[in-house]
Amino acid sequence: MTEMTYRDALRQALRDAMTEDDRVFVMGEEVGRYGGAYGVTKGLYEEFGADRLLDTPISEPAIVGAAVGAAMAGLIPVAELMYVDFIGMTMDQLGNQAAKIRYMFGGQIGVPMVLRTQGGTGRSAGAQHSQSLEAYVMHTPGLRLAMPATVADAYHLLRGALRQPDPVVFIEHKALYTLKEEVDLSAPVPDWGKAAIRRQGDDLVIVTYSRQLHHVMKAAEELSREGFEVTVIDLRTLNPLDFDTIRTEVERVGKAMVVSEGVMTAGVAAELAARISEECFDYLREPVIRVAGEDIPISVSVELETNSVPTPAFVREIAERVMA
Amino acid sequence: MTRHATDAAVAEPPRSNSDLFGLYRDMRRVRTFEERVGELFVRGQSAGSMLHLSIGEESAAVGLGSLMRKGDTFTTHHRGHGIFLARGADPNRMMAEIAGKETGYCSGKGGSMHIADMGLGHLGANAIVGGGIPAVVGAGLASKRAGEGDVSIAFFGDGAMQQGILYESMNMAALWDLPVLFVCINNQYGMGTRIEQATKGRALHLRAQALGLNGETVDGLDVRDVRATAQALLDDARLGHPGFLAVECYRFFGHARMDKSPYRAEQDETEGRAKDPVRFARDALIGDGTAPEDTLDSLDKEIEAEMDGAIDFAIAAKQPPLSSMFRDVYAVGEAEPEPVRTRIDRILAKD
Repeated sequence: MTEMTYRDALRQALRDAMTEDDRVFVMGEEVGRYGGAYGVTKGLYEEFGADRLLDTPISEPAIVGAAVGAAMAGLIPVAELMYVDFIGMTMDQLGNQAAKIRYMFGGQIGVPMVLRTQGGTGRSAGAQHSQSLEAYVMHTPGLRLAMPATVADAYHLLRGALRQPDPVVFIEHKALYTLKEEVDLSAPVPDWGKAAIRRQGDDLVIVTYSRQLHHVMKAAEELSREGFEVTVIDLRTLNPLDFDTIRTEVERVGKAMVVSEGVMTAGVAAELAARISEECFDYLREPVIRVAGEDIPISVSVELETNSVPTPAFVREIAERVMA
Repeated sequence: MTRHATDAAVAEPPRSNSDLFGLYRDMRRVRTFEERVGELFVRGQSAGSMLHLSIGEESAAVGLGSLMRKGDTFTTHHRGHGIFLARGADPNRMMAEIAGKETGYCSGKGGSMHIADMGLGHLGANAIVGGGIPAVVGAGLASKRAGEGDVSIAFFGDGAMQQGILYESMNMAALWDLPVLFVCINNQYGMGTRIEQATKGRALHLRAQALGLNGETVDGLDVRDVRATAQALLDDARLGHPGFLAVECYRFFGHARMDKSPYRAEQDETEGRAKDPVRFARDALIGDGTAPEDTLDSLDKEIEAEMDGAIDFAIAAKQPPLSSMFRDVYAVGEAEPEPVRTRIDRILAKD
């Protein structure tokens, strides 16, 4: 067991992948000499050199588009978008190019690239640097989507993403970089595309991912002291979506809640709740409740920012009411 | 510089020392304001650490800000405090916004990177590099239609020179003969990337000229030079000949408050900070006897007191009320988005 941070685990995953396969390279704004805006690639420039850590100008559409071309030409690019909020600028390259190339070219070629980025609230970074835009990605057929919540998953999911034949958008959470956990990177881990059951109980199933896992676990621990036992499912990847794990647990327990930081309307929580309602209808004793981000932009004000997304206290309160 | 207008249409820029005194005062206000923003952060009173100071860039802010008039509009990048202050902003309300407080320009919702004020024509600061640039094309269209001679100015940094949207915007402005000016404040750094590491074509104004705009580069050391060059471009822009101006300066400090600039050498900083437009103006005023040193000292003290007051104002201000959270997603009078809690209450009440 080693103690490491989420940030260190991501760096280790990049280091190991780059060591194993010289086709793997990183490109993006400030990824090289600077070491990444959130320090993820710190030291890799010195270790692997400027050819493997490409500092780019501030040109997001070209960063993503160049990664698409590099992947088609046989390299394995890890492109970095400094903030997921910039994904809108790159949506043509991501949604019209990366996502569709295999299909519209009749399966001749895939785009095995990883787009690393980070999102979420927690730094008073304002409306254009605090969003949770995973729904844009999940809504686009052809893209895979991974969102690690734990230190071990930061490592394993990134390694897994780099083994995928299709483009993977890999969204980290800015509030998790300093998360420190004891990890054994050689221990068996769930397969790519498999959700993790973080705790198991008979009273309620909560499906979540990314930073909200920690809010949910905190709520579940408190509720356990009051005699409520909650199953907590961490999706790890949203595409592929491990619905089998969700179905098994929801059919067993009969109550489900979905927790997401992204906005409520037409978001990931909406998709999950709809699917649970459709597929597990006969087993549900309560409506599937969505706890998600408010349908508003994120404010710079700390108080408004904090209350724009689910807080541990809110998750706990709603879970308790659903079980009551 | 390519010029479409007759030279007669270009006003001779004022270069007298009395003007320099005013320009110095405005630059000192920007410098001191930014220093106080740094202090606000150190005191833990700012909303976050994403505060991008424009220290070293005062001549661009004041050179252009002093030429804007009622009816003109502008957008800025994330490092835009100085421009807005030079245009006439109230430092108290600016500081309150940077602290995320209710009395700030945007009611504490925007913050340092999203400050705006329609009253002064500030169409908004931006946290997306290049994000605010195309808006001046639209604002320029509106100005052209109104025919009052107003211009719209986009301010951005050298980082945005590598964003495609700048070229789309400049091309449209030229194509449609719009009263628009694109101002690149070239502080040499896009975050940790020096301009030499971002582009090989560093004669930035040539790019604009290639698209049919007036294009100039000016050294930002002497605010009078910046103002004179900007004046010529603005006069021409008001007549429908859009322009581009690169102001050469140096970003004295890190990208944002957490950045200690480990990527640049001490010598680079020493040389860069020697190009100090505020000190240059001060020395010029003393040197030719326009203003004795003690006059400038007492002016500086007045400004310090003013900006200390801005900090006090921001700290004393209240957080925006939670009830304001759902306001302004849509227009006043439209239904506000339904809070998650309200929806859940309704669903759970049905049991």
